[in-house]
Amino acid sequence: MSAAPVELPRWADIALVPLVSVAAALLVAGLVVIGIGENPLEATALLLRGALGSTEGIGFTLYYATNFIFTGLAVAVAFHAGLFNIGGEGQATVAGIAMAIVCLALPTLPGFLAAPFAILGAAAGGALWAFIPGWLQAKRGSHVVITTIMLNFVAATLIVYLLREVIGKPGSMQPETPDFPAGAILTPMHQLLAPLGLKLPSTPLNSAFFLALMALVAVWLLIWRTRLGYAIRTVGANPRAAAYAGISPATVTMIAMAISGALAGGLAVNEALGVQHRLVLDFTAGYGFVGIAVALMGRGHPVGVGLAALLFGVLYQGGAELSFDKPAITRDMVVVIGGVLVLFAGALDGLFRRLVASVLRTGRGAA
Amino acid sequence: MSSAPAIALIGISKRFGPVAANRDVSLSVAAGSIHGIVGENGAGKSTLMSILYGFYEADAGEIRIAGEPRRIRSSADAIAAGIGMVHQHFMLVETLSVVENVVLGAEGGAFLKGGVGKARAALAKLSQDYGLAIDPDAIVGELSVGLQQRVEILKALYRGAEILILDEPTAVLTPAEADQLFALLRALKAQGKTVILITHKLREIMDVTDRVSVMRRGEMVAHVATAETSPPALAEAMVGRRVLLRVEKQPRARGAPVLEAVGLSCRDGRGTETLKDVNLTLHAGEIVGIAGVAGNGQSELLEVLAGLIQPSRGVIRLGGQILAAADRHPARMRDLGLMHIPEDRHRSGLVTAFSAAENAILGYQHDPAFGSGPLLSPARIEAHAREAFAAYDVRPPDPALKTAKFSGGNQQKIVLAREIERGPKVLLVGQPTRGVDIGAIEFIHRRLVALRDAGVAILLVSVELEEVMALSDRIIAMCGGRITGERAAEKADERDLGLLMAGVTDEAA
Amino acid sequence: MDLLQLIAVILDSTIRLSIPLICAAMAGLWSERAGVVDIGLEGKMLIAAFASAVAAFVTGSAWIGLGAGILAALALALVHGFAAITWRGNQIVSGVAINMLAAGLTVILGNAWYGQGGRTPSLEGAARFGEISLPFARWARENVPGLGLIYDEVVSGHGAPAYLALLCVIVTAFVLKRTRFGLRIRAVGENPAAVDTAGISVAGLRYGAVAICGVLCGIGGTYLAVAQSAGFLPHMTAGRGFIALAAVIFANWRPWPALGACLLFGLLDAVAIRLQGVTLPGIGLVPVEAIQALPYLMTIVLLAGFIGKATPPKASGLPYVKER
Repeated sequence: MSAAPVELPRWADIALVPLVSVAAALLVAGLVVIGIGENPLEATALLLRGALGSTEGIGFTLYYATNFIFTGLAVAVAFHAGLFNIGGEGQATVAGIAMAIVCLALPTLPGFLAAPFAILGAAAGGALWAFIPGWLQAKRGSHVVITTIMLNFVAATLIVYLLREVIGKPGSMQPETPDFPAGAILTPMHQLLAPLGLKLPSTPLNSAFFLALMALVAVWLLIWRTRLGYAIRTVGANPRAAAYAGISPATVTMIAMAISGALAGGLAVNEALGVQHRLVLDFTAGYGFVGIAVALMGRGHPVGVGLAALLFGVLYQGGAELSFDKPAITRDMVVVIGGVLVLFAGALDGLFRRLVASVLRTGRGAA
Repeated sequence: MSSAPAIALIGISKRFGPVAANRDVSLSVAAGSIHGIVGENGAGKSTLMSILYGFYEADAGEIRIAGEPRRIRSSADAIAAGIGMVHQHFMLVETLSVVENVVLGAEGGAFLKGGVGKARAALAKLSQDYGLAIDPDAIVGELSVGLQQRVEILKALYRGAEILILDEPTAVLTPAEADQLFALLRALKAQGKTVILITHKLREIMDVTDRVSVMRRGEMVAHVATAETSPPALAEAMVGRRVLLRVEKQPRARGAPVLEAVGLSCRDGRGTETLKDVNLTLHAGEIVGIAGVAGNGQSELLEVLAGLIQPSRGVIRLGGQILAAADRHPARMRDLGLMHIPEDRHRSGLVTAFSAAENAILGYQHDPAFGSGPLLSPARIEAHAREAFAAYDVRPPDPALKTAKFSGGNQQKIVLAREIERGPKVLLVGQPTRGVDIGAIEFIHRRLVALRDAGVAILLVSVELEEVMALSDRIIAMCGGRITGERAAEKADERDLGLLMAGVTDEAA
Repeated sequence: MDLLQLIAVILDSTIRLSIPLICAAMAGLWSERAGVVDIGLEGKMLIAAFASAVAAFVTGSAWIGLGAGILAALALALVHGFAAITWRGNQIVSGVAINMLAAGLTVILGNAWYGQGGRTPSLEGAARFGEISLPFARWARENVPGLGLIYDEVVSGHGAPAYLALLCVIVTAFVLKRTRFGLRIRAVGENPAAVDTAGISVAGLRYGAVAICGVLCGIGGTYLAVAQSAGFLPHMTAGRGFIALAAVIFANWRPWPALGACLLFGLLDAVAIRLQGVTLPGIGLVPVEAIQALPYLMTIVLLAGFIGKATPPKASGLPYVKER
């Protein structure tokens, strides 16, 4: 029960510990499945078939993974600066609002400009909503955790009001904006790849997926290959050393939060610009929170975040298919798995590291 | 009254990994006496007292309280055995009142009313007996440090402690408060209590103790009656007859003034003045050593000069130019040629989670040499580290290795290499050899002297008086945030410096 | 008399809306005063709402529902304690995990068992906490002008958990201020080392506080599902756990001010519901959302130190690692 950090070989640290926590989380999910009287093996098979068994399934899987890449990266970047951004939902919401305003205010923009402007609008909106808590922590000493939670709710009420009173579709009873101009819409993947001779079924997967892949690379570059990334990591690992090195922890806090929020804005891009083609209420649908699980499981590294996002994509799409066959197992199972993963890979990390270490030790002792 | 000693420790040993903190330590403290334990930092005094107070359990050995063998496995056991401890960092809850702090853990019932009432009466009596006047309803966080210490003592006495351990109690006190404390300790002794006083200040030992035990490197090396010893004899026992540090150093005429501090004062977060009107001039090609007991303003002096904290008053001149507020920033100071080896490499000098190569650019992450534009080049960072590690004999010379995995000496060499290699005009050095092995100490000392010979102005802060004396050309003594005197190194002797460090200034003497 | 009636109705719904907040706020207060940050109040209330609704439906007894609700919330609280105290894990991360777990589990189990999209069947009769009419309520309403109406409408006529919640405030305030346990809790949240050197177990105290936190969340969740509503609805806590957290911050981690903050936030909610779709002269259609966002905005402003100062217990959020 000691708090001394357990020393593990690098490969175990990077791969084995996350894998063990994923396995344990899936085990817990299996127990829940048994608890509601279903067969977990059968459920797993159905889930995998649904997610990966067809091109269509894979398309959906990657579409969900796109959302998780953005929200996972958002949490990861903040982590590197030692910040816990639980405001992904709110930041994506405000990103969506900003994007909608751009789209609706500039309907006459030529196509090749409309989409970039809309994306920039989303990034700016998300960045703004995350900069506020960053600024409040850096300059006023209030903790980002509490302020981002509070701002999630403020954003949730804000979008309700705006969709009803300001940017809502005239005459519609639904809380939604009018359709975005065609130029701003992101191309669906099956259309995008058609000229290459690839015939894909129609899925929500769209070019935002490439944006997500670019974001993965960009975050990797930022964190490990730039001077700013160096400053971010220094502040996250040792704020006193940062001050000694002439890096201002306050400035870095604000910048890292803004970048984090801009990344969360990617969720709005994929959902509103890529799929719905308008802004609807509740489009964030908990993706922001699952992003925390993605970042924790991926250990904050873009490769890990990509893999974890893919896993959650599989769970989401497979879960949706599964719930057709087994109505008892709804997609909320993914939220449970996410929660258990956050617990295992995050809060109980010490326990799992110790478990892995003792298994490795006995293994070595026996050999 | 039995004649058994109040405390007898027999053959206590305690290891932390490879380090033997206590080796076969025995100690006997007579009931109703004041017993001093002295030793240098890291001699094992605190570990021994922590064992006595149940924070650690000894690997071997026996504890006897009033002749009875006792197992003390927790603070609760120690309290039950009649031991009270006043920690160096007070164990007080600042938001609670004095009386609430006193009863904590000894409330005497599920409801506070009775216990607090009883405690009030007891406090009034203790106050009367020992002249410890204190308002029981005052909030502890609002009291002065001296009064907070009084609460700690009252806490122990309220629990019926017969044995009181005080760990460096005067470190945070003003001289007047310290005198009050000693009067109290004598009063406690008169009441038959046993007091153990841990300190490294010999004057205190001579003033109040009956007997004194000396620890060195985890072992008990002497037990003597205070009346039969002297400060020089104790000092010798503390440091041992080890080979004196000798650093090869040729006399050298100092150059022009490079760094000047004029009337520098500084306040900490609580508003206490940590630097008081410090005037200091550093010339090219000299090493100026600051001698002082830890916590007398040396750290603040280094940090102010490095631009890490801002002075409340005073002026810093670098190369003849007065530094504007905007220039008093670590990054700007580095650009101006003032480099800084911080006192605590783990807390601020290194990011131990980073690779060694990454730490070798800490503070220089904006140097164009390490990349282009906003990008950093790992290849260049690694090449730079390889070169630096070879020049400074960092072992293992592996730039990719996590910094936490290097030994203390090699970590310090990484810092040293980083700060020295780009040719500083001024080098601020804090505790250069703390936690560093002998071989590396020599290496570091030679480097510093070579820099001085090359014309660098060096300000050295070290709690190792010997190191200060061996390296410096001039020695400045500090006490309570003030400079209390200056000596040319060749004319300085330990006793003289010790007086200055204790605040006995030249004027007063 | 009409205005009085309106005030009485608004105050009555203020109380109703405040009860879950009060429970959760007292819960958060216990945990955080002991130094364990808890952003999982929401999840614990949610699971309690679900468990109580299920148990009440199955057994037909609201009181058994209450017991089940408390047990469920307690279980999650102990998970939090295990991660935060025993394994010194990140308390925020653990709280997030608990919220997600509860949000997912309740819907899955509800859907698997009752197939109504996560709802539980409606509770009737003894399976639901009825309104308790306090003595003389009817009589006072008829015979004491003004106050009698307020007494009958506002003070009387709530479900048993509501009165239990108010009792919890009194008990919390008393225990924290006047008992040995309370003193130790206050101490351990500020300086665990002081508690440790006084010979008291830091982990034991913190587990105690976390368990109390679970029980109180259990009462709050049960009130939502078995008293205020007649069954469980997915995500029915709707952020109340976080509003309660805001109330705790607002009250500077003190029980009576926390009660005040909860009543204030409840009042805001009641007014917002009342003003839904109402057009006021000069303002137009009342932006109800602005009123709903007010608790959150007020907390942000307070935390930023623009008005007053929020000072959390010094050791909150920090795992206790024994040093020399």
